[in-house]
Amino acid sequence: MTKPGAVAGDSGRVGGPGALSGAGPVLRVEDMSVSLGGHRVLDEVTFSIEPGEFCGLIGSNGAGKTTLLRVILGLTAPSRGRVMVTGGTRSRRDPQIGYVPQKINLEPDMPLRARDLVGLGLDGHRFGIPGRSAARRGAVEAMLEAVGASRFADARVGTLSGGEQQRVMIAQALICRPKLLLLDEPLANLDIGSAAEVVGLLSRIAVEQRISILLSAHDMNPLLPAMDRVVYLAGGRAVSGTTDQVVRTDTLSRLYGHHVEVIHVEGRVLIVSGAENQAHHVGDVDPLPREV
Amino acid sequence: MFASFMIHAWEAATVVAVVAGLVGFFTVLRGAAFAAHALPNGAFAGAAGAVLLGASTLAGLGVFSVAGAGMIAGLGRRARSDVATALTIVLMLALGDLFLSRTSEYAPEIFALLFGEVLAVSTGELWPTVAIAVVCIVAVVVLYRPLMLSSVSPDVAEARGVNPRVMDLAFLVIVALVTTMAVPVVGSLLIFSLLIGPPAVARSFTNRPSAAMGLSMLFALVTVWAAIAVSYETNLPIGFFVGAIGALSYTVGRGWTAWHDRRMGPGKRGERDVLDASRRHGGAF
Amino acid sequence: MLSVSWSPLFEPGFFSSGPVHVALAVGAISAAVSGVVGVFTVVRGQSFAGHALSDIGTAGGSAAVLVGASTLYGFVAFNLVAAAVMELIGIRRPRGRDLATGIVLGASLGLAALFLYEDTVASSTTGATVNVLFGSIFTLPPGITTVMAVLGAASVAVIALLYRPLLLSSVSYELAAARRVPVRLVGAGYLLAVALAVSMSAVTIGAILSTALLIGPAAIALRLASRTGVAIAVAVVVGVVACWLGTLLAYDSTVWSGGNGWPVSFCIVAVIFALYFASGVVSWSRSNLGRTAPGRRRHPVEPVEVG
Repeated sequence: MTKPGAVAGDSGRVGGPGALSGAGPVLRVEDMSVSLGGHRVLDEVTFSIEPGEFCGLIGSNGAGKTTLLRVILGLTAPSRGRVMVTGGTRSRRDPQIGYVPQKINLEPDMPLRARDLVGLGLDGHRFGIPGRSAARRGAVEAMLEAVGASRFADARVGTLSGGEQQRVMIAQALICRPKLLLLDEPLANLDIGSAAEVVGLLSRIAVEQRISILLSAHDMNPLLPAMDRVVYLAGGRAVSGTTDQVVRTDTLSRLYGHHVEVIHVEGRVLIVSGAENQAHHVGDVDPLPREV
Repeated sequence: MFASFMIHAWEAATVVAVVAGLVGFFTVLRGAAFAAHALPNGAFAGAAGAVLLGASTLAGLGVFSVAGAGMIAGLGRRARSDVATALTIVLMLALGDLFLSRTSEYAPEIFALLFGEVLAVSTGELWPTVAIAVVCIVAVVVLYRPLMLSSVSPDVAEARGVNPRVMDLAFLVIVALVTTMAVPVVGSLLIFSLLIGPPAVARSFTNRPSAAMGLSMLFALVTVWAAIAVSYETNLPIGFFVGAIGALSYTVGRGWTAWHDRRMGPGKRGERDVLDASRRHGGAF
Repeated sequence: MLSVSWSPLFEPGFFSSGPVHVALAVGAISAAVSGVVGVFTVVRGQSFAGHALSDIGTAGGSAAVLVGASTLYGFVAFNLVAAAVMELIGIRRPRGRDLATGIVLGASLGLAALFLYEDTVASSTTGATVNVLFGSIFTLPPGITTVMAVLGAASVAVIALLYRPLLLSSVSYELAAARRVPVRLVGAGYLLAVALAVSMSAVTIGAILSTALLIGPAAIALRLASRTGVAIAVAVVVGVVACWLGTLLAYDSTVWSGGNGWPVSFCIVAVIFALYFASGVVSWSRSNLGRTAPGRRRHPVEPVEVG
């Protein structure tokens, strides 16, 4: 069930075979708290990710996953604590972090090919019109190849399936050669087969390219074969470690503040709440405010 | 039809069509049809106000349309964008109603602003049109990449340091500038149809953004030229023909899309590029 | 008695004037219907379609003038056809739908240009244009109140009939479809109600301003209320108040300025905006100073509480 070969160490700072030592952590979050509208969304979250590690950020909807990712990206300021990327403090527009957002709203009619979208990932933030150099074309071509999207490189992004769109978005995020790839609920709308493919792709990228992956999800089961580390969020608080360390009845019960039962069934994990305790209503940041 | 007094009409309409095709590409990409309708329609109030004050209609149009762009962006921070646009247009039109009620002398000119009279363009009016057109084109070229990125994925744009709200406002201001230059020449109804019709059709025929922009400008030119020609012959308002051509070509475009998709089969949807049949790998852009 | 003590606000003749009575009655009916329909319009994100319908009415109104019929019938006829066309085009994604709406709107405005041109040629004045575009609440034909009441009742009846499925499909199309709600039928019924509502407001406040009555009070209501039923009630009240106050202001201004007062449509829109900003202050102070749990965004429509 856990990634084979994972080694248990002391609290929280563990590497599996996917983690390569010697370079220092790619991401370090220390005592990070975020308050939004007077309400504490994240409470002293601490964890770090080593180069090449595949880390799953698990929590139910509204647990604060998107907020955490936004803080790492520098889009939301923490009220306390700090975030460090490859040793330096986080700054905006940092090409060291690639981002695949949750909502990808691509209309089928949009005259935009997959390769155009990947090209935008390369230099979409700069002014002017994109160049036509062979180098640029080559970079886009190579990235499409790496994610297995060459087949539909010239198709309209809006007509691709969910899984295919995810590949293109991953290519877009990777083309700047980041050290860390953030994905916000990439598996949410995918069927099991596509989800497994995306996880496999990301795992390969982590190992072959030494790129760390931080992927948020509300269901950790598709990630079990690939995860080196879990950051589990509940009630704004987090616990981090290997799957074996974190996904246990005692650890999670302590995290939730009430009894939860961790059940293993045929290689899958089920987390069942012991009591109907709804004490922790943590508001997540809704990117599409509904107010009129 | 090509008498000397008509030459200015052709020239002005050509300039307007080129800019409309270019800006229209982004209008349709961003789903900003409502704003493209609201700003030109509301701006006529600025012209009415300008006449009331004895100022130039161009200045009135400019001030009102840019203010409208700001209002749509501003209200849009706390309200949904379509509600913000609706509120903006009714406020501008209500003010227009107020200004119009102050005097009945210039009403016909104001209605010409709404519905357009290309034939009434003189040499003097052409230069401001061209000048603002150049500004619009430069703005689109400079902002092309961040505008594309924020239109396609505002979240990724934000992560890369491009503020989607700023892009929203910048785009709306560009539409306001298009409004200012085009409304005196072709009227607000026409510029709206040109901003959404041709780009909507263009996207049916190509997958590539650059080709879609080019086709959009081409279709806008054809639309306007055909409309001028027929309007001249029949003496009927040019807006009628632009609207009709827009609707017809949109229907043709959708029909082509449906037929083409069915012909290609389910697995190959989206690989439609009439212009690119021979070149399989396409360009970088 | 009442007019004596309130006389600074109500200029003489306000309560006894026939046209004012009609204006108040007709204004109230159209505002009430727009309020009901408008809440759904905002929730469905179809403000553009609502606005487009009223602009399309311009073609209807000017066609009616051309044939010498009452503008109301022109508005209704064209709006019903336009609503049917929009439903038939039936694109669901908002951007595609807005684009199609824009194309239909552009074509209709072209038609309106044609009719208005013929109107102006036929009668060589621009008076018809003003009436069609901006309304003529003080110069309405007799008997119109009854017609408006009937149309208004029909529109509200459609909404009442479709209330639950409409609410569900407005909040979540997929969920409604999954529950076997006939979403297209419901959508068509909704557009029918909008067409009627917008036609009625076109008569009072003008074809291009009826959006103010459709969207304004609804936007205000949805800022203040979180339950649909309450929002509808608030929207109706706000709309009627805005119409009455606007009518009053316009009437008073005519007296103050000795003849050329402010147009009614402008006054109504001005009141709506004042109320919109006031509602903004209220909702801001609620979320920043009040008892609402901070950080909890209240979803404006809760389908679960509809019953």
